[in-house]
Amino acid sequence: MTRRSGLHLAPALTLALMLGPVLAGLLGTLAPALGLFPALGGTEISGAPFMKLIQWPGLGPAVRLSMTTGLLATLLSLGITAVLLAAWHGTAAFRWLERALAPLLSVPHAAAAFGIAFLIAPSGWIARALSPWATGWQYPPDLLIVQDPWGIAMTMGLVAKELPFLVLMALAALPQAQPGRSMLVAQALGYGRMTGWLKAVFPRVYAQIRLPVYAVLAYSMTVVDVAIILGPNTPPPLSVQVVRWMSDPDLTLRFQAAAGAMLQLALVLAALGLWRLGEGVVARLGHGWALRGGRGTRDGALRFLTMGVGAASVAAILLGLAGLALWSVAGVWRFPHLLPDTLSLRSWARHGPGLSDPALDTLWIAAAATLIALALVVACLESEHRYGLKTSTRSLWLLYLPLLVPQIAFLPGVQTLALMLGGDTGRGAVILSHVVFVLPYVFLSLGDPFRSWDSRHATVAAALGASPARTLWAVRLPMLLAPVLTAAAVGFAVSVGQYLPTLLIGGGRVQTLTTEAVALASGGDRRIIGVYALAQTGLVMLGFAAAIAIPRVLWRNRRGVKEG
Amino acid sequence: MPQTGLILDTLCILKQGAPLITLNARIDPGEVLTVMGRSGVGKSTLLAAITGTLPPAFQLRGRIVLNGTDITAAPPQTRHIGILFQDELLFPHLSVGGNLAFGLPATVRGRAARRARVNAALTDIDMAGFADRDPATLSGGQKARVALMRMLLSEPRALLLDEPFARLDADLRSQIRRFVFDRAQRLNLPVLLVTHDSADARAAGGKVVELKAP
Repeated sequence: MTRRSGLHLAPALTLALMLGPVLAGLLGTLAPALGLFPALGGTEISGAPFMKLIQWPGLGPAVRLSMTTGLLATLLSLGITAVLLAAWHGTAAFRWLERALAPLLSVPHAAAAFGIAFLIAPSGWIARALSPWATGWQYPPDLLIVQDPWGIAMTMGLVAKELPFLVLMALAALPQAQPGRSMLVAQALGYGRMTGWLKAVFPRVYAQIRLPVYAVLAYSMTVVDVAIILGPNTPPPLSVQVVRWMSDPDLTLRFQAAAGAMLQLALVLAALGLWRLGEGVVARLGHGWALRGGRGTRDGALRFLTMGVGAASVAAILLGLAGLALWSVAGVWRFPHLLPDTLSLRSWARHGPGLSDPALDTLWIAAAATLIALALVVACLESEHRYGLKTSTRSLWLLYLPLLVPQIAFLPGVQTLALMLGGDTGRGAVILSHVVFVLPYVFLSLGDPFRSWDSRHATVAAALGASPARTLWAVRLPMLLAPVLTAAAVGFAVSVGQYLPTLLIGGGRVQTLTTEAVALASGGDRRIIGVYALAQTGLVMLGFAAAIAIPRVLWRNRRGVKEG
Repeated sequence: MPQTGLILDTLCILKQGAPLITLNARIDPGEVLTVMGRSGVGKSTLLAAITGTLPPAFQLRGRIVLNGTDITAAPPQTRHIGILFQDELLFPHLSVGGNLAFGLPATVRGRAARRARVNAALTDIDMAGFADRDPATLSGGQKARVALMRMLLSEPRALLLDEPFARLDADLRSQIRRFVFDRAQRLNLPVLLVTHDSADARAAGGKVVELKAP
């Protein structure tokens, strides 16, 4: 009387939906890179696309930018994460920082980048705060701070956004490293807080967060939306140039776009390899450092410096968002005034109506992608529970694959394949492409709470005569409502923030708040950018607010239900 | 007349092919069999085998027969074997009444009829009027009684007890113990008690077997 519910197919289906597009997309990008694209007359293998790519004069700087911004952003975020934890983990100040970091994770990359751009621009808040008394500027100076040719602004923006991610991943990994006991021993041996932590705890934490770090590296090297907003223009980082070629009306440019995408993939693989080598070197050096026995007891000043860096990173995003909000309601705002001279709702009144269409599209796409991902993840986890499957390290790698393979390397291929097969590149395709990126995050978010649920509840329910399905719907999911909704909010935020899949798979016909906002970047109208970026952030925040509020309201008389 | 009671016919639980627990026992209706053993010897694994929730890492040999029916391969929800754990495991998202209604068979139809059964059950355990309460607000003794009543409402044909009194303080422990054994006896249920507390075994008053690794 074991009814097959189809649940056992869930893991395979999930993998297919998640990895299918990645693998097919890579092939679909590789083919035109080698000259094969029958619809465009490419019927035999040729080296022409790569030759064209090499002849592009911007290639050298574009490649260099991708490598430097990616590696530097990753190094800095990881380094700051390590010293912040070393200096402050377990203190009240750290809990405060942690509470501030968690919501920042949900701020879409594009909105955060716009906010930071407004902050550091020659006419931005920092310049205004210092003018004219310190700088003497009566007018915004003619400096290229945002979109600087070295990609410094872009790197800073990435660090501010990736730091919360890595800190929270490290915090999730910490309990397994048992930092309390190690620190007790280290301090009893006379080690200073930071030195003891870095020597005794960090190596174990790093081993746990290696995959997220790799994901940050791959992401930072290949990000498009942040690069369009904060990165240099001529030439841009390689990924941005590939998108330009992909969007060009001259379809023959698609060949070199594909070649560029493949080069980008090779760069990411090379950088990951380099990082791996670096891990070995740092491990060797760190080992020697630990064995030399230096206690590093005088770390007081350094501790405060690290807190300053952490707080500055939080402040950059928060002030950036505040700046966006202010610009969206600013009337006249002359330089160097710190606050607008007049306030007006004109920007909202003018752009509000145009906002509703992309906002609704964003909402539907995100809701659908999240629902599909959530259903698959719950089905996978439940089949894991029912059939006693164990998740191996290998399957964790598979989960991270869509986050490690650059979007720019496989999404053009997915688009090409969709076009070749005469498929639809509308909303449905966009939703499926979002699922690829939403799934891993929903899985990572829900996996631990789902697995750590006391399965004796299932035994009791079965002993009471409840079928596995009833146990899932009437006991397990209601008890896990808070983590389920949190995972949904995370997935929703990931979908809302997607730029490249919407742009490429939507064929330019699907407009979300994110694609609209990024498209406004070149126009530089701060008021309308403020409106769009704020709407984008607001939508994500609404999702998280709902995830927090619904369990509280529903279980307000149920103290025993843990909050997620 | 088929044989009544719970029969564990040359039961052997293996982990990766190696035998972990063996037990051959027969528990008549109204009788308590106490299984004792050090912690970690696999008492809970034994109970999981009987409820049908043995993790796939284990294999089961032998037969489990309840009131003449072989249930060795039956899915857990059709076995009619009740179980109480050390924790009450009341569903925290349901009210006290909701927990009891969860145990009540679906054959009791109609809102009013179900509600009446739940209220009667609450009166039976001296908790009339508790139906809408949050289980988290109950005392330890009240939780234990609700957990037992929830199980009994599901009309089990045998009862397994996994150290159900270990968490309670001494006073309450003897009181709840008596309550559970009384109820089981009144319903003529075969009871399998797993414990490491010899006072539990004495109170149960039945046969005692020591569980050892073979």
